Amino acid sequence: MNVFSDYTTQIVALGAMLLGISAGMLGSFVVLKKEALVGDAISHSALPGICLAFMAFGAKDTNLFLFGAVAAGLLSIFVVKTVVKYSKIKFDSALAIILSSFFGLGLVLMTYIQRIPNSNQAGMEKFIFGQASTMLKREVYELLAVGVVLIILIILFWKELKLYVFNPEYADSLGFSTRKISFLLSAMTVLAVVAGLQTVGVILMSAMLVSPAVGARQWTDRLSIMVLLAGIFGGLSGLIGTLISSSVRNMPTGPAIVLVLSIFVLISLVFAPNRGLLWRQIRHYQNVKSIGRDKVLMNLYYLSRQHENEHAHAIEAICMSCDKKIEKQYRQILEKLVEMGYAAQAQKDCYVITTEGRNHLTENGLIKEANYGLL
Amino acid sequence: MVYFEIQLIAVVVVAACAIPGTFLILRQMSMMTDAISHTVLLGIVLAFFVTHDLGSPLLIAGAALMGLFTVYFTEVLNRTKQMSEDSAIGIVFPFLFSIAILLISMLAKNVHLDTRCVLLGELIFAPSQRLVVDGADLGPRALYTMGFILLLNIGFVVIFFKELKLTTFDENLAVALGFSPVIMHYALMSIVSITAVGAFEAVGSVLVIAFMIGPAATAYLLTKDIKKLLILSVLIGAANAIAGFWLAMWIDVSISGMMAVVTGLSFGLVFVFGKDNGLVAIARRRRQQAKEFADLTMLFHIFRHENSPRAEIENGIATISKHLNWKETKIEARAADLIGRGFLVKENKKLILTEAGQSFLALSRSKERAHGFHFRNLLRKIAFVPTHLTSLKKTVPRNVGKLSV
Amino acid sequence: MKKEENYIINVEDMTVAYHVKPVLWDVDFHVPEGVLMAVVGPNGAGKSTLIKAMLGLLKPVSGTALFWGKPYQTQRKRIGYVPQRGSVDWDFPTTVLDVVCMGRYGAAGWIKRIGKAEKKMALEALDKVGMLEFKNRQISQLSGGQQQRVFLARALVQDAEIYFMDEPFQGVDARTEKAVIDILKALRDTGKTVVVVHHDLQTVPEYFDWVTLLNTQLIASGPTAEVFTEENLKKTYRTSGEAIKE
Repeated sequence: MNVFSDYTTQIVALGAMLLGISAGMLGSFVVLKKEALVGDAISHSALPGICLAFMAFGAKDTNLFLFGAVAAGLLSIFVVKTVVKYSKIKFDSALAIILSSFFGLGLVLMTYIQRIPNSNQAGMEKFIFGQASTMLKREVYELLAVGVVLIILIILFWKELKLYVFNPEYADSLGFSTRKISFLLSAMTVLAVVAGLQTVGVILMSAMLVSPAVGARQWTDRLSIMVLLAGIFGGLSGLIGTLISSSVRNMPTGPAIVLVLSIFVLISLVFAPNRGLLWRQIRHYQNVKSIGRDKVLMNLYYLSRQHENEHAHAIEAICMSCDKKIEKQYRQILEKLVEMGYAAQAQKDCYVITTEGRNHLTENGLIKEANYGLL
Repeated sequence: MVYFEIQLIAVVVVAACAIPGTFLILRQMSMMTDAISHTVLLGIVLAFFVTHDLGSPLLIAGAALMGLFTVYFTEVLNRTKQMSEDSAIGIVFPFLFSIAILLISMLAKNVHLDTRCVLLGELIFAPSQRLVVDGADLGPRALYTMGFILLLNIGFVVIFFKELKLTTFDENLAVALGFSPVIMHYALMSIVSITAVGAFEAVGSVLVIAFMIGPAATAYLLTKDIKKLLILSVLIGAANAIAGFWLAMWIDVSISGMMAVVTGLSFGLVFVFGKDNGLVAIARRRRQQAKEFADLTMLFHIFRHENSPRAEIENGIATISKHLNWKETKIEARAADLIGRGFLVKENKKLILTEAGQSFLALSRSKERAHGFHFRNLLRKIAFVPTHLTSLKKTVPRNVGKLSV
Repeated sequence: MKKEENYIINVEDMTVAYHVKPVLWDVDFHVPEGVLMAVVGPNGAGKSTLIKAMLGLLKPVSGTALFWGKPYQTQRKRIGYVPQRGSVDWDFPTTVLDVVCMGRYGAAGWIKRIGKAEKKMALEALDKVGMLEFKNRQISQLSGGQQQRVFLARALVQDAEIYFMDEPFQGVDARTEKAVIDILKALRDTGKTVVVVHHDLQTVPEYFDWVTLLNTQLIASGPTAEVFTEENLKKTYRTSGEAIKE
């Protein structure tokens, strides 16, 4: 079976990609606001909303499920923020309580619905665990619509969102009500999470929001590029995850997408230039080395100041040691200094500081310390 | 008998959860329970691949180890300083959970490792697994596991109470005194992991979060004393469990779910109607304080402008509202109150401080400065203003989430 | 009798409280146009609170702050604000130039974007504070003093007539302090009014020509030469609030 030409797979892949793009872009703001786990709370809290919508309207229209989920998600954020504002309960505890009790209510309602004869709750279970493999064309259109709405909102309110996340107080002083922007961001998050529930399920939805953003942050120092990259990471993960899961037997789509996402994060964490761990390790090593070079150069400078005529000094004098190993290290450093033009070799194992070397010390503010003595 | 056993198990589970939960909320690590309660699934799956026995105690060990690994993994990400702690949690647990789901659905399809059951859990099945020794039925197995874990947790908190308290509230002092916050951190997280594993077998992972954080947070609204907090959270948790059970029985729905709902409701009740710090009490107190403070503000305003050439305008009955930027009605109400108390008199179309008003103002001013909150006690005596002082003194425990080795 | 027409900022009977604990108590003062004013007082005297209440970021219990006789909300575009440096996350993924451009957001209003002209203004402001070469730097790579200059540049592009600065000299190097005060003096000399929350008593006479001394209550406000006296300072820094019995 060729997965790339399979119609169902194409539908699912397209849907997952759209979800990944919109969740990733929006997640950037959520993560920068340091509210990464809000998505987790919303996705759990959506369950009772879905159940209530089911009880009220029956299984006829899954769009109404979405409506219930959005309402419940918004309510949960509102409750969390109220609890944090009016009590000494911290954000994390409030999230945990709301998440678990809302989800509990969902369970209660679900078991209640199961007792209603002839009720078909299959559509509802889909929301908890996510079943991308049964995605319909209509659902892809839904995801597309949500994605387009979110992207338009992000573009429209770009500067307001940026200002709100970066410096809310200043936003208020300029006349941008932080209450309004905060509500906008919450509503957008709820929309993205609810749209994704059917695809990846309650538990994995928070990863769709957080992971692309954290990965993207590593590669850039610009918000615009970060948001774009997060969208790309999310979209690619959706696409690749779906393709992998449909070509491997019994592999569920949601977890496959999250795994691909995690790989993106891992690569970003380790290999991204500047912020990546590998890069930082290398820079650390370089720093150590250049500090070592400066130290030798300072010693050369000090020695040159001790004598009237600036003659070369033997390596033993420079490193103040007879240890062959240390001497070898110093010889390497001195050769490097000669190569850089900071020192000159007079004869074998004898070196002297050059004018460039002196300038280098002055530029880096080391000249004063070099006067104090050998290091 | 089954009813009794279910309730007993629930109470034991909630007690075992509430104890470490108390420290989790104080350390602002509540969402770690969310992470651990999900990732232990991976531990169980991996241990199962080793033992091929679903009843093996190794499964619990594997799960507990995975809980610890989750904590460690989060710490590692956190220590890179590339992301905030909640982002780290948000990455780690879906990742580990995904691996677990993939392994189950691809390699262990035919084994009874129902993810649905794991996540949602159902207390009603807990008594069906019995502990049988020499053919004698000694009761539900979960009761023994959780009973053991409860004793372990109580023992841990009793033995290390001082260390836990110190590392929770003042990490630096703890280090200075020679207690390692890192060791206490991992010790506590081991306890949390073991408890989560034991509990989630019995009640499902979402209820674990409700049991660990809910009662402790509810108790935290009522008291700040750690010992009281521990006892109260166990009591509240037990009450939640029993009430949840009977409600679930009554309308015939999920017991675990109903217990989580009741946990949320009890928190909500205390949050809204709590005696000193509930929303209603706060609103009432704020209103009272606003009036009380408005009185002082008005007295002080009048006092400051009394001898100035502009007193006619600043303190004029017709013009004072403009200066304080208050509505006429507010001015009238406050002025009437102050005149009634004998602090103000109307004279020549302006308001004038009486001697009583002057000394009252001076007294409250100096007391406010010199003794801080004490002055409100004094106010109550003089002015019959009921006040609740506790809310003003905020003792917020420090965040010790970030441990550096 | 004061001639209020000459003042462009009139704060009257401003009281701000946390529950019943007064942070500012019936403070009134007036600021004429074209002065460089320091708000001075001990820690917890309500200096930052005063500024925030004036800018409508906090709701006062009583009193008004009027700018040219009107409330802040209607005069926003003529007033610039520099918050404390510590109030933002400097690891935010954005560049120096971008932060400075934020100063034009208020003039643009909701949704509307800023264009080339605004960018040019931002570059000019960066040049003024000596940060032009850092325009594409990520903000986490700045020193404390450089961060403060960026914030100042952001306020400059607001092109306001009154500037409020919250602790601009907190934790900055001497060079930045000098550069910042020079810019503020230049602003004053072009007729702008600058209000600065200030900590360092020693530099007050040198830097400022107008001073407001604050310790929950207003102690004194006026030209530095008249107000910045030893007696007033003693009153300001006295711990117990005996000022009422004077």
